[in-house]
Amino acid sequence: MIFVPALMTLVLAFTAWDGVSKPVWLGLDNFRDLLNDVIFWRAIFNNVKWTLIFLTVPMAIALVVASLLLTRRRSQAVYQSIFLLPYILSPIANASIWSNMIFDQRSGVLGYFSRHLLAMHDPLGHVSTALYTVASVDIWHFWGYLAIVFFAAMRQVPSEQLEAAYLEGASGWQIFRHITLPNIVPTIALMFVIVTIFSFLTFDYVYLMTAGGPAHSTELLSTLAYGLAFRSFEVGKATAVALFMSLFGLVAAYSYVWMNRESLRQ
Amino acid sequence: MIRSYQRSQLPDRLLLGLVVLVSLAPLLLMLVNAFKQHADIVENPLSLPHSLTMTNFKAAWIGGHFTVGLLNSVLLTGTTVLVTVALGSLAAFPLARHRIRLWKLVTLYFLCSVTVPIQLFLFPLYFFYARLSLIGNVFATALIIAAVNLPLSVMLLRTYILTIPPELDDAAFIDGASPWQIFCYVIFPLMKPGCVTVAVIVALNTWNEFLITSTFQQGDAGFTMTLGYHAMAGAMSADLGIMMAGACIIIVPIIVLFLFLQRLFVDGMTSGAVKG
Repeated sequence: MIFVPALMTLVLAFTAWDGVSKPVWLGLDNFRDLLNDVIFWRAIFNNVKWTLIFLTVPMAIALVVASLLLTRRRSQAVYQSIFLLPYILSPIANASIWSNMIFDQRSGVLGYFSRHLLAMHDPLGHVSTALYTVASVDIWHFWGYLAIVFFAAMRQVPSEQLEAAYLEGASGWQIFRHITLPNIVPTIALMFVIVTIFSFLTFDYVYLMTAGGPAHSTELLSTLAYGLAFRSFEVGKATAVALFMSLFGLVAAYSYVWMNRESLRQ
Repeated sequence: MIRSYQRSQLPDRLLLGLVVLVSLAPLLLMLVNAFKQHADIVENPLSLPHSLTMTNFKAAWIGGHFTVGLLNSVLLTGTTVLVTVALGSLAAFPLARHRIRLWKLVTLYFLCSVTVPIQLFLFPLYFFYARLSLIGNVFATALIIAAVNLPLSVMLLRTYILTIPPELDDAAFIDGASPWQIFCYVIFPLMKPGCVTVAVIVALNTWNEFLITSTFQQGDAGFTMTLGYHAMAGAMSADLGIMMAGACIIIVPIIVLFLFLQRLFVDGMTSGAVKG
């Protein structure tokens, strides 16, 4: 079910098609146009930035919080549900709350503060801050998932190792660095792959909060492709962009199989 | 050891408390402002509502076409879950029970189908559906979402079947059961918990899905709850009280489900990622 439409796309990427009339064969023109397009390069650059942010910030927060949860015996279940809450809610509701109630100049909390305390701009409306602002909302929604996964992995760390370390007088940091961390490396590696893949597919929050603007400063490959297909009806070009996106995914997927080559050998 | 535990408790608690605050504050803001008039919100988004009237909720229900939306969301989610679990468990059974020589290749294929961007097949599929006039048809859209969810579900269900002892299949086989009977009477009853976990995750994904639904469920009659809200956001952004009430309405079903089925949510999210 995935394969056939993907194959159609592969062919369409070499054509000009408005979605209705017959596709016209173009050869490599779509790709040449894209490579000469500043916005396309900006989208790639933004995607790379997005990936780097997501590989560091939510990972770090999740690792710290998950290891803190280990020491909370009775309340860990409650914390877990609270941290997971933003992750399970509709992106559209989350995006609407953040845009309207927090960032908006007229009705948001930031607007209220800038009227009464200290003047601030709407961080979504500025070319220099928009990408980071959307990314932080997406991180707010996403990090809980990582925390839950890391926490589940940490709970499987053999308790004999932990006890031995306590008895040897290791500090909290030393235990984390030399026992917890090495034990959950496979899970961290998997999450690296997953985060990389999803960073190149990210669509919802950017589309809902800025739609790629202002002045393409938050344009990602996914929003670019969507705009090309459904706003300017350059479906051939849009599929060429989608092909680029899947290249990144392919690299990530292959590196995952490569990392697990031992366990996959039957 | 115990002393060092206690010494580190206060900063730990403060940090966790801060994270809880950041996680919940936007949701509280939504809840509080859902009961306020637009003018009150503009004046101070942090103030408490004067009274707990349901006017905003009523207006949001009508403005967001939530009656149609609820029906479509339920139909879409139900169909997607049924298709995914049925096809997923049927595919997982042979994948778990037979030694497959090119297992590495199969894994790569499944992974690729997880990692390809939806956009890769969205555009041709859209114009194909449009020609068959399937745009706005919940069942047709459910098929697409099921296809997107299938690879991961198959992988999860396969690992679940691997925990069922193959001796059970053998015993049934010796008693003369066909593979289909083995699946129906031996494997499927035993893998029900795995199916429920997958169903919960797929239901959540479908309920929250935006890209595919907004592309394929165009037109008021096809709106799901999220799409109704999206349309309302375009038309009614002038009244934030109503907007926040609408946001409450679309997330309440998820929160209720989550509170009852927490264990399943957590299991479903961690099972693929943590080798147990």
